[in-house]
Amino acid sequence: MNLIYPFKPYLAVLSARVRTLLQYRAAALAGFGTQFFWGLIRIMIFEAFFRSSTQIQPMTYDHVVTYLWLSQAFLVLVPFSADPDVRSLVRSGNIVYELVRPANLYFFWFSRAIAQRTAPGVFRALPMFIVAGLFFNMQLPPNLYATSAFIIAMICAILISAAITNLLNISTLWTLSGDGVGALLSAATWLLSGMTLPLLFFPDWAQTALNALPFRYMMDIPFRFYLGQIPPSDIWTHLPFQLAWIAILTGLGHVILNRATRRLVVQGG
Amino acid sequence: MSQIIVENLIKTFQIAQRRPGLWGALTGVVHRTYRTISALDGVSFTIEPGELVGYIGPNGAGKSTTVKVLSGILVPDSGRCEILGRTPWQDRIAHVAQIGVVFGQRTQLWWDLPVIESFDLLRDIYRVPQDQYVNTRDELIPLLDLEPLLDTPVRQLSLGQRMRCDLAASLIHTPPILFLDEPTIGLDAVSKLAVRDFIKKLNTERNVTVILTTHDMDDIEALCTRVMVIGQGTILSDGTLDNLRSNVTRERRLIVDLESISEIADPDAQVISTDGHRVQLTFDPERITAQHPVRDLFVENTPIEEIISRLYKEQKL
Repeated sequence: MNLIYPFKPYLAVLSARVRTLLQYRAAALAGFGTQFFWGLIRIMIFEAFFRSSTQIQPMTYDHVVTYLWLSQAFLVLVPFSADPDVRSLVRSGNIVYELVRPANLYFFWFSRAIAQRTAPGVFRALPMFIVAGLFFNMQLPPNLYATSAFIIAMICAILISAAITNLLNISTLWTLSGDGVGALLSAATWLLSGMTLPLLFFPDWAQTALNALPFRYMMDIPFRFYLGQIPPSDIWTHLPFQLAWIAILTGLGHVILNRATRRLVVQGG
Repeated sequence: MSQIIVENLIKTFQIAQRRPGLWGALTGVVHRTYRTISALDGVSFTIEPGELVGYIGPNGAGKSTTVKVLSGILVPDSGRCEILGRTPWQDRIAHVAQIGVVFGQRTQLWWDLPVIESFDLLRDIYRVPQDQYVNTRDELIPLLDLEPLLDTPVRQLSLGQRMRCDLAASLIHTPPILFLDEPTIGLDAVSKLAVRDFIKKLNTERNVTVILTTHDMDDIEALCTRVMVIGQGTILSDGTLDNLRSNVTRERRLIVDLESISEIADPDAQVISTDGHRVQLTFDPERITAQHPVRDLFVENTPIEEIISRLYKEQKL
């Protein structure tokens, strides 16, 4: 049996979800439009900030501009909400069919989460890079090492985001709608990942807390590798933390899901 | 060694109770009371390979709960179950690879994808080797007449078409056991016959063990030699359909359209209802009498719901 064999179910779900999500071209276009618009507004705010400030800032203006464009391009990574498919599966009771598949339910949903956090981004990130890179001062990484560090950090970011999304998925088994938990978690991610403001701009007293949480690994750290603001060799200091967070979040999800399925009540008879 | 062994399954559900009114809703946030529903109250049976067993009972009797426990989806409170040597909820992944399940009121196909892509996806999920998959697929498609449907997205199919596709989907991995939970619900006559035909073939030609849950007595009469009746969480009867009928009542019903309205006073037949020319009689077939001119004749069995409620009343005595 070849290497793929044990992973077939998970790769199959991943591929099916990706193909379905890639079909939503109108949504991608609209998403690109809004994200681009927001990028412009945020840059204007930062430009005003830089012009009016007299102190030396933790990041240069050029770096901030590229950082903002990156955060707009990769917005899809933020775990805003649970997978709508999973939510409807749980609400309708169609989850019975998921449990009748010879595959681990946690990893089944994890594959879905990876698809949800990457596929919609393809048609948003690519145009963003092209337009912002050509006309709006978005820079490329300074060297190949920075690019490699960025790619490794991004892979970990996708896995962390998928793990958090999966926690949201699992929470629907308890709450049936998942809206409350989703709102809390997305608000936290929005702020603590560096989406609103690069984390270096946060006050000193907040830095320890920010460094202890996994959220910065979804946006802030990968982007700083991209910029070369963190030396590429630092990937070896950050990687253990990223992997540890992935392990913690997936482990937690596993445990909660096992409890939930043992006490399962199927909706709708 | 029986293929399916079920011993004394017990399953209860806790339903949160809602207090009426606004005050009830507010207090309900802080303090919840639960009431216990007993879905399975000591269910036991065994099934040999190749049997086609009907599993009937009123709504809420525990049919779907039994199927879900046997599938490994729900964990019972107590009791023992062994299917092909495994306990469903403990060895779930190994167990479900050996069973096919169709839940009549739900679909297992991916809503936005064409039917054939759902089949391909299931092949990967069940890790079916390609050549085996091609054989199975090319057998199922003509048997269920799916050729014109293969490229249609599932959301565009009619109920009958979807059910046939769902049936095929449950067999992609050629399981030796098939659980069908109300597969003919909502189907028109033609689709019902097609589904019944298919199940019969599956059972007689390929020796697939089938447990068929249904409300449709015609399904049972057409397919099953053995019938289990469940009511309020316990098995009330387990045997052939004829045994079930004769154990509960030997009565037959006769609906007769008379040429002229007349009083029927017959020692062997009792009039249940009269509707103009149409008279509904119940009689004991052991004592048949023909004394009145008849325009037309319908014969029907005592409805299963009545049989079960009588059976239940008898058991409770």
